[in-house]
Amino acid sequence: MYAQMVKTDAKGVKTLEEMSPEERAFQERVDRGEKIEPKEWMPEGYRKTLVRQIGQHAHSEIVGQLPEGNWITRAPTLERKAILLAKVQDEAGHGLYLYCAAETLGVSRDELMEKLHNGSMKYSSIFNYPTLNWADIGAVGWLVDGAAIMNQVPLQRTSFGPYSRAMIRICKEESFHQRQGYDIMMKMAKGTPEQRAMAQDALNRFWYPSLMMFGPSDKDSVHSAQSIAWKIKINTNDELRQKFVDQTVPQAEYLGLTIPDDNLRWNEEKGGYDFSEPDWSEFFEVIAGNGPCNKERLGARVKAWEDGAWFREGLMAHAEKHGKRQAA
Amino acid sequence: MGALEASVDRASLFEFALRMGDNTLILGHRVSEWCGHSPVLEEDIALANTALDLIGQTQMWLGLGGEIEGKGRTADSLAYLRDAAAFRNLLLVERPNGDFGQTLMRQFLFDAWHLDMLKALERSADSRVAEIAAKAGREVAYHLERSSDLVIRLGDGTDESHRRMQAALDDLWPYTGEMFLADAVDAAMAEAGIAPDPASLKPHWQAVIGEVMGEATLTVPDSGYSHKGGKRGVHTEHLGYILADLQFLQRAYPGAKW
Ligand SMILES: [Fe+2]
Ligand SMILES: [Fe+2]
Repeated sequence: MYAQMVKTDAKGVKTLEEMSPEERAFQERVDRGEKIEPKEWMPEGYRKTLVRQIGQHAHSEIVGQLPEGNWITRAPTLERKAILLAKVQDEAGHGLYLYCAAETLGVSRDELMEKLHNGSMKYSSIFNYPTLNWADIGAVGWLVDGAAIMNQVPLQRTSFGPYSRAMIRICKEESFHQRQGYDIMMKMAKGTPEQRAMAQDALNRFWYPSLMMFGPSDKDSVHSAQSIAWKIKINTNDELRQKFVDQTVPQAEYLGLTIPDDNLRWNEEKGGYDFSEPDWSEFFEVIAGNGPCNKERLGARVKAWEDGAWFREGLMAHAEKHGKRQAA
Repeated sequence: MGALEASVDRASLFEFALRMGDNTLILGHRVSEWCGHSPVLEEDIALANTALDLIGQTQMWLGLGGEIEGKGRTADSLAYLRDAAAFRNLLLVERPNGDFGQTLMRQFLFDAWHLDMLKALERSADSRVAEIAAKAGREVAYHLERSSDLVIRLGDGTDESHRRMQAALDDLWPYTGEMFLADAVDAAMAEAGIAPDPASLKPHWQAVIGEVMGEATLTVPDSGYSHKGGKRGVHTEHLGYILADLQFLQRAYPGAKW
């Protein structure tokens, strides 16, 4: 998912009895499924956690333009190019919805950008992996957008109104993203031997990083329990990962591709697949900045921001002059 | 009005469709290079949208080109399997992106011509040309609205934004003249009532440029020199690299379906 390991500042989830009257009224509203709106009272921890989570999600959308943007100029047909452009444009739009949702919590887009650029806020680990062949664009849509959907569909029911509404808009577009990705994979998997090899190679490289998107197991995490109590997280990481694997395995079979996991098998008892955990040490390295593309991705965003300073300042100066002239 | 008049030279009409489609293809390619790298999120969205429109227009123009040629070539085979010398775009659209000001200025100078051209083509004697022009014209009207607005705001912004926009205008100006130069193909198109005489578009284009640059506090260069060659396939060095990117997969894996 696009927000990983979001901290809550919580030391443990309070029981209703331990809460102040305000906290208690708040929790009861959340429990009843009511939406919390920006102007209403909310615990400071709830607000802060949401800023982190929505901010990280927004950053992921905009950094996520880069690995796919890498193939726009090389898309193999005009139609594929148009579809990819439309998709990347959607992702930028998702970033915009989410920054707007974060702004309702009193934090500006510029402040969040600053934190992305100075490394104090993260984006999803998945975007630190390279897109090396055209099938990677298929794999990103199929697996990465697929994993994002897994997380975002339940988040439509999240307790914070603006976040929930952003998720509803985003989810409408995400299914098209996943479909176009799977469609590319289908063409590649049923194509020439070289195309087939690209498709398998893409799956090999994107499988485990996609599983990492859900984050390490958080079934014993205080942060996770608190976020679930606040309904800003709906499922545990393991639940979502399991659901993702169960959904994806038959899709890979249909493509005639092999998921790179010797331990993958159906478990009748649990009604789901058993599968290997990703290499979590790799995950923590990527989070720490040592993924294959961390420097390029963040570097590209910082460069875009710095090179564009004159542009933003120019527009502001014009608006100021214009405003003054009108006032005069 | 019939689709194709018997009297119209088929080769010229094919050539004309390539010119329109290659302009949109190459400019769309350039604009798409910005994806994820622009100065502000709203621009990322707007540029992707512009590129998307231009690629859609390419599909229509090159599709028509293939149909006119009648040798089974499609929009894709024309886009992906011709070498640079067979491309017919204006040199202006293959200019490198430069800074964001150069990209915007290139867009504006082209949009102002493009919209006038499409408006004239809406009255084309060839109904297929008129139809494409009507559809593309709606999109390009919006492109021009956006690019002219940004040129004005940045020209009349800070000293630095003014300086950059003036430099962009000076740099690109010698590539604008080609839009208005006619050759035998243009003459045949004008004769058949399919497309306007390119020179006829110049006065209004100049008026639009003059008005926008006036508001932008930018100075229109008085140099009349123009680089040319794109319309007959003699390009700058840049086009080869654009095609190396654009055509890579089709060239490396001939015959594959994507
Ligand atoms: Fe998205
Ligand atoms: Fe997406």
